[in-house]
Amino acid sequence: MPQHDAVTALRRFGLGPKPGDMKKIAGDPRGYLLASLSDKTAAKIDNPQLEPSHVVYAEAQEAQLAQRLAQALVKEATKANGSPVPPAAAVTPQPPVANPMQPTEMAPKTTAGIADVRPAQIRRDALNEELAARIERAIATDSALVERLALFWSNHFCVSSAKGPVRGLAGGYEREAVRPHVLGRFADMLRAVESHPAMLIFLDNQVSIGPNSKAGKNRGKGLNENLAREILELHTLGVNGGYAQDDVTNLARLLTGWTVGQANVEQSEPGKFFFAAPRHEPGQWAVAGKRYGDEGQRSAEKALDDLARHPSTARHIATKLARHFVSQNAPPTLVAALEKTFRDTDGDLAMVTRTLVSSTEVWSHPATKIVPPYDFTISVVRGLQLQQKPAELVRLTSLLGQPVWQVPSPKGWPDDDDAWMGPSAIRERLRIAERLARDVDKMVDPRGIADDLLGAALSDVTRQAIARAETREQGLELLVMAPEFLRR
Amino acid sequence: MSCREHAVLSRRQLIKGSAASLALWGFIPKGMAVGTRDPRLLTIVLRGGLDGLSMIAPAGDPDYARIRQKLALSKEGATAGLPLDGFFVLNPSMTYLHSLYTKGEALAVHAVATPYRGRSHFDGQDVLESGLGGVSRAENGWLNRALAGLSVAGKADPKGLAMGAVVPLVMRGTAPVMSWIPKAYGIQLRDSTIARLMDLYGQSDPKLAKAFAEGLEIDKVGMTTATGAMSAPVLQPGGPRAFRDFIETAETAAKFMSAGDGPRVAALSYNGWDTHANEGTVQGQLATRLAGLDAAIKAFAEGMGSAWKDTVVVIVTEFGRTAHTNGTEGTDHGTATAALLLGGAVKGGRVIAKWPGLADKNLYEGRDLAPTLDLRTVVKGVLRDHLGIPAGALGTTVFPESRGVDPLEGLIA
Repeated sequence: MPQHDAVTALRRFGLGPKPGDMKKIAGDPRGYLLASLSDKTAAKIDNPQLEPSHVVYAEAQEAQLAQRLAQALVKEATKANGSPVPPAAAVTPQPPVANPMQPTEMAPKTTAGIADVRPAQIRRDALNEELAARIERAIATDSALVERLALFWSNHFCVSSAKGPVRGLAGGYEREAVRPHVLGRFADMLRAVESHPAMLIFLDNQVSIGPNSKAGKNRGKGLNENLAREILELHTLGVNGGYAQDDVTNLARLLTGWTVGQANVEQSEPGKFFFAAPRHEPGQWAVAGKRYGDEGQRSAEKALDDLARHPSTARHIATKLARHFVSQNAPPTLVAALEKTFRDTDGDLAMVTRTLVSSTEVWSHPATKIVPPYDFTISVVRGLQLQQKPAELVRLTSLLGQPVWQVPSPKGWPDDDDAWMGPSAIRERLRIAERLARDVDKMVDPRGIADDLLGAALSDVTRQAIARAETREQGLELLVMAPEFLRR
Repeated sequence: MSCREHAVLSRRQLIKGSAASLALWGFIPKGMAVGTRDPRLLTIVLRGGLDGLSMIAPAGDPDYARIRQKLALSKEGATAGLPLDGFFVLNPSMTYLHSLYTKGEALAVHAVATPYRGRSHFDGQDVLESGLGGVSRAENGWLNRALAGLSVAGKADPKGLAMGAVVPLVMRGTAPVMSWIPKAYGIQLRDSTIARLMDLYGQSDPKLAKAFAEGLEIDKVGMTTATGAMSAPVLQPGGPRAFRDFIETAETAAKFMSAGDGPRVAALSYNGWDTHANEGTVQGQLATRLAGLDAAIKAFAEGMGSAWKDTVVVIVTEFGRTAHTNGTEGTDHGTATAALLLGGAVKGGRVIAKWPGLADKNLYEGRDLAPTLDLRTVVKGVLRDHLGIPAGALGTTVFPESRGVDPLEGLIA
């Protein structure tokens, strides 16, 4: 059914069609998907206005220091002359960002002014800019499969912006550590994400210290196993991948010293990955049957490289991909094919993706997965060509239970076929659909749009329901709430 | 037959078919009541591994202050907890819980654990919520099976309530469950659109039809309670956003559960207990979280009104944390921890624990508080004595292969 193949290409492997897409690719839907994989850097977002994550980190930290300094001075001043206003000259930290609302000469002179250069504001601004860029890409892209891969890997290696400093880094993290590698090698992505400050902070590795390291002996501090555990359980081998508590502890030892550069730490650049040798646990440690150690930063890198090519990792990734793009009940033959390509190509993700879209099973499996809230909102906006501010779309997605970069746990968003079908969830989607349908040009014909967006998937029942709608607006609501729009 | 009539009819049929009518909830109290009580049960899952030693602190244990160092609470002084039984103290952030304890409406169990002995959150939660003896990737949970069991016994047609966009595993299963998420905007759905969409689902997608019908029913309950229109939630000024959401969710759960024909069994979860670094027991991360939990308990208890006397709240987590602090003033994944039972139906005012001690030789695997009590015995005690679920079913269907794990006696007043 070649006509249905276009639906599969644009919905199962995409973010829903834009007007005309269905016809455009109808001749060769598989070819369209495969062609979109040829540019290995297609997932990257190169936007000069977005600041690198280390710059955001450094700015926020500077602001924090300035704030503390100012508060200390206010305290001193209060003590000295009973007035909370300190000498102006003493509390003029250079505002770390050029903020048009807050010219330099107006730099904090009072406590109220000091509060204006909040680090939280710097982080929030960075987050909002990153969100906007991501959403604009999702709405505009003609290579939606690549964007879906970016979303998949970003969720596989998720961080949460709800954790303090990660807020300012979450977007940069995805752009810097995930997107460059979605059509590259798994091992490269693994190294990039595990060494990124956002991940090191999210999973507490920046505070982990080898108990027998120089710093550990001096300060009596110790290991934090969080990152090591999630690397094994979630990022590589998988929970049944055959590792034990010792592997976790040993990997944590090897990862000691993987931390984030600070302004006051010599030879480190603030906000960038920094290997703090004095914190690194000495000795040789076994992870998944191989020993590593005594090579500084290199030890954990080698361990990660080996984990990346471990057979359990191949199986774990193959299973997750099949589950995500097809179903929790995806055919075992598909999983086996993905696993084989992963192993044969040493984790070449473009090749693994090619295997995915070339397998016959993915084109014949019924559409059972409920489209998650983010993808739903994006697909409505793409299909109906709505002019919506990214911030509003972020809000709508949050209302449906999937705030961007705020995963509930390191495991990421749930991926069961029905995960997003709680009763209130469908009702709330209708509410969102009503909200969005209000903004559609009143002259459009919902019947034509339904044909264009749902193609061969459009059922007679849905076609009839849309045709009999009382208003155009209602017709569009029924269209985006139809089973063939909600499932892929 | 007009288009509209057809739609409404198929919606009705559908509700009948899936037994989704809220009116049926009205029968539950009679079926489930033990004696004259109309029992309510709320289960709160704290995800991330709550540090039981910092919530219910064994200040009287001679090793406690040594191994907990800066995280230790004490009987008096700047780090004093709220007095419980002379041995344990309560985290000072939980003043409302303390008032319940004093009134005999709250108890804690300590050194308690599920059968899970690994240290993965997800596996730990899987075991906690599935009620099985080990990791299973099960698709349904003990609370749902308890509900289903009630229905099989011909006692009622009970319906569970899950607060949140995703139904927690403990509440998933064959017994019908409604879920509630906060409403987006004040947009009123139009009857005509609802009817048409229901008709469309009815003809082409029964699962969506069922989910949508239930969502609409619960919307009605959410809008009104026995006392009339739903009032605006009372939010604490300030505090982290997640904190306010949790309080609001607890308060809304009370609105549902206190209604005469509302659901009697509900579950919700509260994330963020994974305190690996800078745990902050008196001030800081954990203190803030516990204060949030305390405020949510208060909102729920007060929202329940006169139904509070018939209520039990079970608060559990997947595992505890290491006995020793780690290198970063936090604690790592551990084993035994504390759980809480509260409500007017609880025989409270005590801490139930067979205390294993915190001397190094007594720690589980040399690092964790050793488990001396199976959490399933606590839950079974509540399900049997509060909801009236027979012990036989508890040992087979609700907690499969757990016949030897006896319900704890005397938890319910």
